[in-house]
Amino acid sequence: MDADLLFPRLVRAHTGDVWATALRLTGNRSDAEDLVQETFASAWSALQSWPPERVDALRPRAWLVTITLNAWRNGLRTAARRPRTGPLLDHDAAVHPIDALDETERLGELVARLPEAYRAPIVLRHVVGLSYAEIAAALDCPPGTVKAQVSRGLALLRKEELSWT
Amino acid sequence: MDLTTRLADLGSPAPAGLVDRVLARTGPADDWVLADGPAGPLMVAFNDHGISYVLAGDDEAELERQVRTRLDRGVRRVAKAPAGLLPALRSGRTRGLRFDLRGRTPFEQDVLATALRIPRGEVRSYAWVAAAIGRPGAVRAVGSALGRNPVPVVIPCHRVVRTDGQVGDYVWGGPLKRTILTAEGVDVAEVELLGAAGVHYTGSDTTHIFCVPSCKDARRTTPAHTVRFRSAAAARAAGYRPCLHCQPVPSAA
Repeated sequence: MDADLLFPRLVRAHTGDVWATALRLTGNRSDAEDLVQETFASAWSALQSWPPERVDALRPRAWLVTITLNAWRNGLRTAARRPRTGPLLDHDAAVHPIDALDETERLGELVARLPEAYRAPIVLRHVVGLSYAEIAAALDCPPGTVKAQVSRGLALLRKEELSWT
Repeated sequence: MDLTTRLADLGSPAPAGLVDRVLARTGPADDWVLADGPAGPLMVAFNDHGISYVLAGDDEAELERQVRTRLDRGVRRVAKAPAGLLPALRSGRTRGLRFDLRGRTPFEQDVLATALRIPRGEVRSYAWVAAAIGRPGAVRAVGSALGRNPVPVVIPCHRVVRTDGQVGDYVWGGPLKRTILTAEGVDVAEVELLGAAGVHYTGSDTTHIFCVPSCKDARRTTPAHTVRFRSAAAARAAGYRPCLHCQPVPSAA
């Protein structure tokens, strides 16, 4: 399909998953919206240069979520090179006291505080629902590693939840 | 509740308006210019494929809304009109203009290409267009296709009127159709009178050629030499042959 016709459909169909990925990786709505915009801007410039066969073969959900993931990781690297004046991610515990949040947002906050190595696999597997194969491709590592990170991430979340209840 | 179930619930819906904000910033968008049309300003949108959308007036928000709804694209205003647009609007000569009619059916594209052949100052009937595309039974469908013309004025769907002489429906409403035809030099009252009288063709008794009444050659014939026909068959029976310019009996392309 023509990229012009495809792209707005992709945006309508997948903004929900891209948003969920961005929100749970960054832990705040403002960064998440920037990440969503960055994702679709990259997706659009890629689609315009692709031959039609490549566009037709696209698995859009995993592709877009992978772009979001990579944009987030690039952002972390850039942030790490800059002298840090505040918390790396602005989900500052003092600003957002975790006790004040409802059940769902408290879990979201815990996910956002997971170490990055576990956060991405947990978000892609259990929030967005990608397959292990898709996550392995996105993270460029073996599926076994993804499974181990997911189960380690779940264990960390359970432990954190116990300490907050 | 199970942790993995609660994690799945974290896929909360995107905030209201996020899709619109994304599409406003990225994705396919056409350029548009404000140009002078026969009856007021026109907003003309275009892209690499050609002219894609035309809307009367200068309400940018309305253009944005319609192009999003009908073509699923954005718009951005530019200063420079596409090659040939301004001369075409001034002179009526549309040769060389390109159109982006992706998304229109092959039938609609045939109808629009046929409407494009109707010269300024002349009109044809819906039945004439149907015959010209080789679908003489599809008169109503021709009307619908013209009613969905994304590029009115530039593709002159307003030059297609009813066989009974009434100007008929228009994508921007009947009154504007009348205004534009009049601005182009069509004598709308005469079209209505002849149509109502069942006169569909006029000929010249000196050349023995018959035309649609609004053909510029027919209009050069003085009233004393003008012969009126209700059908092409009657004209032929009287020894007249069809005009090569207005093609009163269109042959399918």
